[in-house]
Parts: sequence; structure tokens; C-alpha cells
Amino acid sequence: MYKPSKQEAAKLLRQMMEIRQFEDKIMELLSKNIAEGGSHLYAGMEAVAVGVISSLNPDDFISSTHRGHGHAIAKDGDLNALMAEILGKKTGVCKGKGGSLHLADLNKGNLGANGIVAGGLGIATGAGIALKMQKSSKIVVCFFGDGALNNGITHECMNMASLWKLPVLYLCENNLYAMSVSINRACSVKDFKKRAEAYDMPAEIADGMDVLAVKEAAIRWIDYVRKGNGPCLLVCNTYRYYGHSRSDPRVYRTKEEEKFYKDRDPILNFAQKCVKEGWLTEKEIKDIEASVTEAIEKATDFAIKSPLPDPEELYTDLYV
Amino acid sequence: MREITYRQALNEALDEEMARDEKVFLMGEDIAIYGGAYGVTIGLLNKYGEERVKDTPISEAAIVGTGLGSALLGYRPVVEIMYIDFIGLCMDQLNNQVAKIRYMFGGKCTVPLTIRTEGGAGRTLGAHHSQSLEAWLMHIPGIKVVMPSTPADAKGLLKSSIRDDNPVVFIEHKMLYNTKGQVPENEYLIPIGNADVKKTGTDITILTYSRMTLFSLKAAEILEKEGINVEVVDLRTLLPLDKTTIKNSVMKTNRAVIVEEDTRTAGAGAEIGMTVMEECFDYLDAPIKRIAGADVPMPKAPNLESLAIPSVESIVEGIREVMK
Ligand SMILES: Cc1ncc(C[n+]2csc(CCOP(=O)(O)OP(=O)(O)O)c2C)c(N)n1
Ligand SMILES: [Mg+2]
Repeated sequence: MYKPSKQEAAKLLRQMMEIRQFEDKIMELLSKNIAEGGSHLYAGMEAVAVGVISSLNPDDFISSTHRGHGHAIAKDGDLNALMAEILGKKTGVCKGKGGSLHLADLNKGNLGANGIVAGGLGIATGAGIALKMQKSSKIVVCFFGDGALNNGITHECMNMASLWKLPVLYLCENNLYAMSVSINRACSVKDFKKRAEAYDMPAEIADGMDVLAVKEAAIRWIDYVRKGNGPCLLVCNTYRYYGHSRSDPRVYRTKEEEKFYKDRDPILNFAQKCVKEGWLTEKEIKDIEASVTEAIEKATDFAIKSPLPDPEELYTDLYV
Repeated sequence: MREITYRQALNEALDEEMARDEKVFLMGEDIAIYGGAYGVTIGLLNKYGEERVKDTPISEAAIVGTGLGSALLGYRPVVEIMYIDFIGLCMDQLNNQVAKIRYMFGGKCTVPLTIRTEGGAGRTLGAHHSQSLEAWLMHIPGIKVVMPSTPADAKGLLKSSIRDDNPVVFIEHKMLYNTKGQVPENEYLIPIGNADVKKTGTDITILTYSRMTLFSLKAAEILEKEGINVEVVDLRTLLPLDKTTIKNSVMKTNRAVIVEEDTRTAGAGAEIGMTVMEECFDYLDAPIKRIAGADVPMPKAPNLESLAIPSVESIVEGIREVMK
């Protein structure tokens, strides 16, 4: 089991709390119609983004998904600018032109969320080509959901990456469903490791509800990819707490199943562990939580008070 | 008659056609248990079972490709592509296989495949969930393209699409699902390829389709008060275009304005406008005008999204200009 330093434990906990509170806040803003449009929320899956991204170097790259708030926050995203982007404001990380589905921050190595399932596979794999040509020691982590396993480009990219030994870590967030369709009803191969085998690429399955388990596996595979061994597949088994979107009544899954995963909540469990192992005191945890709440309130306030983009922005940024 | 929503009208069309013909079956992402991202297929799984209402993996190319294969063997698949923005993922299947196969095989097969999809802006979903890509499809000989604006049209046209022995891309609009309208109780069909004059007028013709029909009708109401009598032609089918109705209207009003939500350059309006030129140039008293979407990806910000597509105000303004 990976043992974090005190400082590291505090950081992991803080980031997971930031993501959770950020997503809860977005849900609140959606129900009050302050946020419009859709948002796919990452609550429940925090250990994956945080466990993996905290194991990268700051100048490594990620590609994200339609459920991208968590990745963006973990990749050192600015809470104010992310919140403002989701509200479509001028001060957003993409000037309010992208929105929740297109959060990106290239300066921080985030190659972007994506409205197209599996849309990040080409980007990440292509970034892998560039890094390899540059003989760089940087790597790319390509996040995607179980649903993306069944889109053609995933197959095309994994084959190419393995063929050319590209520095890409394919990170499958298996939360058991793609919208309403369970993996059992969508995937002919239930053991996703076999997918990697088909490309002669190593794979591992990690407990995506446990940030230390994710970290432990991530560190090992990041090292493997960084050393030039080619790509690998790391599957993190996890769960999304909210419905796919706001209007989703979740008829395709049971209350018992939801409870099963919520009982293994990545934040509560890690907080408990921190106390048990003596990494953090109850008081320190309370303080972290309070300071996260403050940061989220600030970001919300910032986003709400920010102006919409100027009308002229409609035509900017299309061509250089 | 009774009032039902566009969504219900579509659901009734699917239900009636599935009851009528056991060769009709449905495939798509989240259409069975969930009932479709916009709820069009709700209840059909319970009624017709998993064999005829299939949830698919996220595999757009295979959804269309396998739809074609089953159509060649005599089924009448109605497949759903959740957002038209995802049509690119199956464009090869659609363009190279679905649209061409009958012609390439010397007319020796039919492709009774319906592809239902949904497009348009209005929910601030950003660049990957708000597009109007009908012009891409109009450019493909071998398919038909239908875009209804009212519940009654949606129902009658979907039934015709399913019964058509040619591939039809049936494009709904996300902002229309909750709109209500009169829909006959009795069974009826609306033929593909027939436009509908939604409002008669004498001074100027608006040629439009889908959600922009509703905007155009509102604009016509406002202009009526200024003494401008607008005729609103809802094209309903974009491929093939109903040249007769277009011609009859423009020959009467002598002015034509096209209102389209898609991006302007090489958009549907370019084809519609050129059709007016070819069919009734001699009758035009003013240049044809296009009121179209901005040539940009759809921005997220709500104010920019509204600016990126025609509004009732921009339509009113445009018509005033042509009437000057
Ligand atoms: C190509 C494409 N098809 C369909 C969709 C609609 N859609 C958005 S998210 C989603 C489910 C994705 O499931 P998964 O990849 O498992 O990610 P999760 O939502 O579970 O995090 C679907 C079907 C889309 N955005 N893009
Ligand atoms: Mg999933």
C-alpha cells in the first residue's frame, strides 16, 4: 500500500474534497437554473483523477472526457476559471466559449474535456506521437469511460500506440455504466484487461474508490510508460453518484448498488484512514474541509458575478 | 383532434409502425431502458421487448452499418443517433454504404432504413451538442432528409419515413420536443417531399424548416402589424426539395427570404436560394436573402449562443430590409 507523507495526504484529501464540493455546487446551480445546459458530474470518482494526476509531473499531459471537471481540478485547474467556464462567462478558462464539456487548459497540460465519447483518444495518442518524436520524457494519460471502449477510434488508437510504442497511459474509468447501459449489456468482453491483451499491451485493474490503491498502480504504470516501454491500460473501477445528467431518474441501477458504493466513499474512507494512520488529525481534516468550502464559495461567487463574453467574441478564435 | 407534444407524436409514430409491421425494429444508444436521451422511445421496450428495442454500445458507425445490413435482409430498422453532432462517427457508413448501395448494385436492393437524430442549438450545450448539419446530408444523393417543425408533421413524416423503401435521415430539433400542437386521432401519413404553407401571405415568402419555422411565424405576426404580409413555407423535407411549392409561393409574392439555423456558408439555404433562382428568377422583385447561423462552432455562453443563430428580431429586421 502506498504511504503518503503528511503533506501529501493533506493534498490528496483536499483535491478530492474540492472536486466533490465543486460538483455538489454545480448540481445546486443547475437546480436553481443558475447554471444552464448539461454537466456530467464526477462525484464518487474523485480517487481516480486525484490518484492518477497527483502521480504525474506537472508538465505531463492528460486528455479528459465529457465528465471532465474532476480531471481539470486535479490537473491544477483554477477553481474560479473552471466554475466561470461552466457558467459560460468571460472569465472562464476558455473565455466562456467551451463550457463544461470543453474545459481545457493547455498551459497546465490538460488537452481538454470532450463532448464526443472517445474524442480524447486521438488527441492523447497524437500527443504521444509528438512526445516520442521530441524524445521527451513526458507522458500522456488518456482518460476515458467504459462506454468509450466500444467506439471504433479506441481500437484504432490503442493498436497504433502499441505498434509505435507511444508514451500513453490509457486510463479507463469503469463506473459500470455508459449513461443507462451497463457494461454487461454493452461489452462482449467483461474483463477489460483482455482488451489490452489484444494489442499486446499490459493492463491492470485498480480499486478506483481508493485513492492510495489508484496511486500505487498509477505510479508503477506511469514509470513503465515514461521508460519508453510503450502504452498500457489501467482500469479503475469506480462509480458515479449522480445520474448521468440532471434529468436522469437512474432506473437502470438499484438503490442497493448506489449504497454499496457510497459506503465505500473515496473521501470518507481516505479521511478515516488518515486519522487511523496518524497522517492527519480530525481537526486538520475539518480545517481542510472548511477551507475547501470557502474556496468553492469564492469560485461560485466569482463565476456568478463575472460578465458574459462580449458579443464580438462570437467571431474571434476561429482562425489564427 | 387533441394536443400532444412533438415528443409524444414521434413516440406514437414509432409505436404505430411497430404494431403495424413486425419488420420494424429500433436500435440506438439509451433508447430502451432509458427511453432515449430526449424521451422519444419511452415505453416501447416494455411493449415490444428487447429484440425489437435494442440498446446499443456507443458505436455509431456500427449502429448505422448494421442498420443497413438488416435492411438489406428485409427489416425496417429505425436507428437513433443521439445528437446529430455524432453523425460524423457514422458518416462513412451513411455516405459510402447506405446512400450508394442500391445504385452501385444496379437497383437490385432497397434500403428501408430510417436514421432518427436530433440537432440544433438552444440548450447552451456547446460546440459538440448544438449543431445543425443538414447541409452535409443534403449533399448525399441516395438518401432523403426530413426536418419537421410541428407535432403533426413529425408524426406523419416519421411514419412515411419508416415505410419508405429508401434511406431517410429524420432530424428532430431538441427545442421542439416539448412544443405542443394539434395531432389527428386517426391514422394519417404526410408524404416526404411536400412542403407546407404554414401561413399564407402576399408580400414576401419565407422558406424555412424545423425550429426556424416557429421563429418565422412569430416574425410574420410582428410584421403583419406593420402591414407586411408574409407567407411562411415550411419545407419539411430538405432532400428532395418541394420545388413546386417554393415556385408557387415565390411567383405569388415575388420576394424570398431563407431562414435557416445552420451555418451560412454552403448551408441548406445556399441550395434553397439557388433553387429559387433556377425556378423563378423572372418573378423576383428583390434579391434573395439568407438569414442564417453564424459561421462559427456553437459557443457555450448563452448570449453568444443566441447571437449565433437567427432570432425573431433578426428575421423581422431582415424582412424589413428586403421590403424596403
Ligand atoms: C460519440 C458519442 N456518442 C454518444 C454520446 C452521448 N453520451 C455522452 S456521455 C455517454 C456515456 C459515456 O459513458 P462512459 O464512456 O462510460 O463515461 P461515463 O459517462 O460513465 O463517465 C453518452 C452515450 C457522445 N457524447 N458521444
Ligand atoms: Mg461509464
